[in-house]
Amino acid sequence: MSDKNVQNYWNRNLQYLGMLLTIWFIVSYGFGIILVEPLNTIKIGGFKLGFWFAQQGSIYVFVLLIFVYVYLMNKLDKEYDVDEK
Amino acid sequence: MDVQIWTLIIVGITFALYIGVAIWSRAGSTSEFYVAGGGVHPIINGMATAADWMSAASFISMAGLISFMGYQGAQYLMGWTGGYVLLALLLAPYLRKFGKFTVPDFIGERYYSQTARLVAVICALFVSFTYVVGQMKGVGIAFSRFLEVPFEWGIVIGVAIVFFYAFLGGMKGITYTQVAQYCVLIFAYLVPAIFISVYMVDNPIPQLGLGGKLADGTHLLTKLDQLSTDLGFMEYTTSNRGMVDMFFVTAALMLGTAGLPHVIVRFFTVPKVSDARKSAGWALLFIALLYTAAPAVAAFARTNMINTVSEKPYSELPGWFANWEKTGLLEFEDKNQDGLVQYYNDANSTYVAEVAEPNGWRGNELTVDRDIMVLANPEIANLPGWVIALVVAGGLAAALSTAAGLLLVISTSISHDLLKKWLMPKITEKQELRAARTAIGVAVVIAGYFGINPPGFVAQVVAWAFGLAAASFFPAIILGIFSKRMNMQGAVAGMITGLVFTGIYIWYFKYGGGNPEQYWFGISPEGIGTLGMLFNFVVALTVSRFTPAPPKEVVAIVEEIRVPRASSAKGNY
Repeated sequence: MSDKNVQNYWNRNLQYLGMLLTIWFIVSYGFGIILVEPLNTIKIGGFKLGFWFAQQGSIYVFVLLIFVYVYLMNKLDKEYDVDEK
Repeated sequence: MDVQIWTLIIVGITFALYIGVAIWSRAGSTSEFYVAGGGVHPIINGMATAADWMSAASFISMAGLISFMGYQGAQYLMGWTGGYVLLALLLAPYLRKFGKFTVPDFIGERYYSQTARLVAVICALFVSFTYVVGQMKGVGIAFSRFLEVPFEWGIVIGVAIVFFYAFLGGMKGITYTQVAQYCVLIFAYLVPAIFISVYMVDNPIPQLGLGGKLADGTHLLTKLDQLSTDLGFMEYTTSNRGMVDMFFVTAALMLGTAGLPHVIVRFFTVPKVSDARKSAGWALLFIALLYTAAPAVAAFARTNMINTVSEKPYSELPGWFANWEKTGLLEFEDKNQDGLVQYYNDANSTYVAEVAEPNGWRGNELTVDRDIMVLANPEIANLPGWVIALVVAGGLAAALSTAAGLLLVISTSISHDLLKKWLMPKITEKQELRAARTAIGVAVVIAGYFGINPPGFVAQVVAWAFGLAAASFFPAIILGIFSKRMNMQGAVAGMITGLVFTGIYIWYFKYGGGNPEQYWFGISPEGIGTLGMLFNFVVALTVSRFTPAPPKEVVAIVEEIRVPRASSAKGNY
C-alpha cells in the first residue's frame, strides 16, 4: 500500500475516533454531569433524564459506541485492503 | 436446608469447577503462560476481561456505595465503564498489533529505553500489588462471615486456590477459569436483583425496574426522593457535591481503567487486531449487565431499608435485622429510649432543629455498613437459603478472578520485564517459564501476607491504582501510538511528572495531614489522576519538542502498529 493510502486510512480512523469520542464525552460528562440539573426537569417514565444518563444511559451508549467502531473499522480495513487475512 | 450448608455446597462446587478448568488448560510455553498463546476467542476474552475487571468491590460494595451516595454514585458507574471506550478506540487494537507480552514491553521498545521500561515496571508492580491485597482481604471476609472460618484461614484457602490455577495455567488457565467465574458472579448478582425487582416493582428486569412503580402507584425514584428528604438527607436523584470534583473523579477512573496493566494485557490474548476491538465491546457488554443492575439494586435496597426500619419498634423488626446485627454491619443504639428506630441525617442542622429535636430524637440511632446492601438483599426480600449461598460464591468469584489477573501481571513484570529483558537476557524459554511460576508463587504468598496484615496504603486502593495508572501509563501509551514525534525524553519526563505529582497529592491528603479545604479546585485525591494526566501530556509534548526525534526504527514501529495487516517484512509474534 502506498504511503498516501496509509495516511488516508489513518485520517479516516482519526475522524471516526473524533466523532465517537465526542458522543462519549457528551453522554457522560455532558448529560450525566454538567447538564444534569436542566435535564432532570424532563421526566421519562419513572426516570429523571439527567439521573438516567448518569446511572444507566451513558453505559448503554458506551457499549453501542464500541460496536459501531468495530463495524466502521472493519469496513474501513476492507476498503483500504489492510484487513487481516 | 441451613444457609451455611448451602454455602459450603455451592462454594465447594464452584471451587472444584475452577480447579478442573485449571488442570484442563495447563500452559506449556511462555507465550501460553503470558498471553494464552494469543488464541483466545474475542467473546471468551470479553467474558474473562469482565471477570478480571469486576472485583470484590464491584460485586459487594458498589451498590451499597450508590445506595448512600444517590446520584453521585454515578461517578463509579460511568468511571468504571467509560474507560472501555477509550481502550477499544485508542489502545487495544494497536497494542495487539504490537504483539508483545506486557505494557512495560511496549513502553520499553517504543521509547527505546530501559529507564522507561523500568519506570513502567515499577508502576505496574505498585498498582497491581495495592489492588491484589484488597482482593485477598475480600476473600478473607467472605470466608470468615459465611463459613465461620477464621479470617486468616479464609485468606489461606483463597491463596491456595489462586496459586493452584495461576501457577499451572498462567494466562491460559486464568482466562478459562475467569470465564467460569464470570458465569458464577453474574448469575449470583442478577438472581437476587431480579427477585427483588419483582417483589418491589413487579418488573423482572431490574434495569427497567429502577424506573418502575411501587405497589402504591408512585414511582420508585420519586418515593425514594421523598423518603430521603423526609429524613433530612439530600434528594436521592440530585447532585450534592461539587460538579468539578465529580468530573475529575469520573475522568480519573475512566483513564485509570484504560491504563491498568491487568486490563490492557487481556487484549494481547486474542488472535487478531479486529478481535481486540470486538473483544473490548463484548467485555463492556458483560460488565454492563452488572453495572446497569447495580443502581437498581441500590435504589431497591435503600427504599426497602428505610421502609422496614424507620420509626418502627425495634422489637418487631424482621429476623434478618438481628442476624446482621450479630456481624456488626448493622448497629442500633436507642439513644432516646423510645424503643423505635430513628434513622435520619443528624449532620443536617436545619433538619435537626426543625424535625428531630421537637420529636425528642437524640441523634441517628442506626449505623449501616454499605456492604450489607448486596449481602443482605436476599434475606430482606425473603429469598431462599441457596440464593444467599450464591451471593457468597459470586463475591468469591469476583475477588479470585481479579486477584489472579493481577498476580499474573506481577509475575510477568518480574520474569519477563525484569529478568529476560533487563537483568538476564540470556535465559532460555524454559528458565523464563520457571521464573514466571516462581514469581507467581512468591507474589501470591506476599499478597496473602498483606491481606492478613494490610499496610496502611491499601485502604486507598482506588485513589492509588487509578490515579497512578491514569497519570503514568495512559498518556505514555496514547502518545506512543498517536504521535510519531514523541521520544524517550518526553515520555520519561511526562511519566515521572505525572507519577510524582499524583503520588504527592494523594499522599499529602491521605496521610500527610492535608484537609479537604486545601484541595486544588476542590479536587479530591480520587480525582487527581486526571490532573496528573494533563501535566504528563503537557510535559511530554513540551520536552519532546526540544529533544532529538526518535530513531527511524521506532517511527517504523509506530507506522506498523497503526495498520491491522502485518507488513510482509515482519511477522506477528
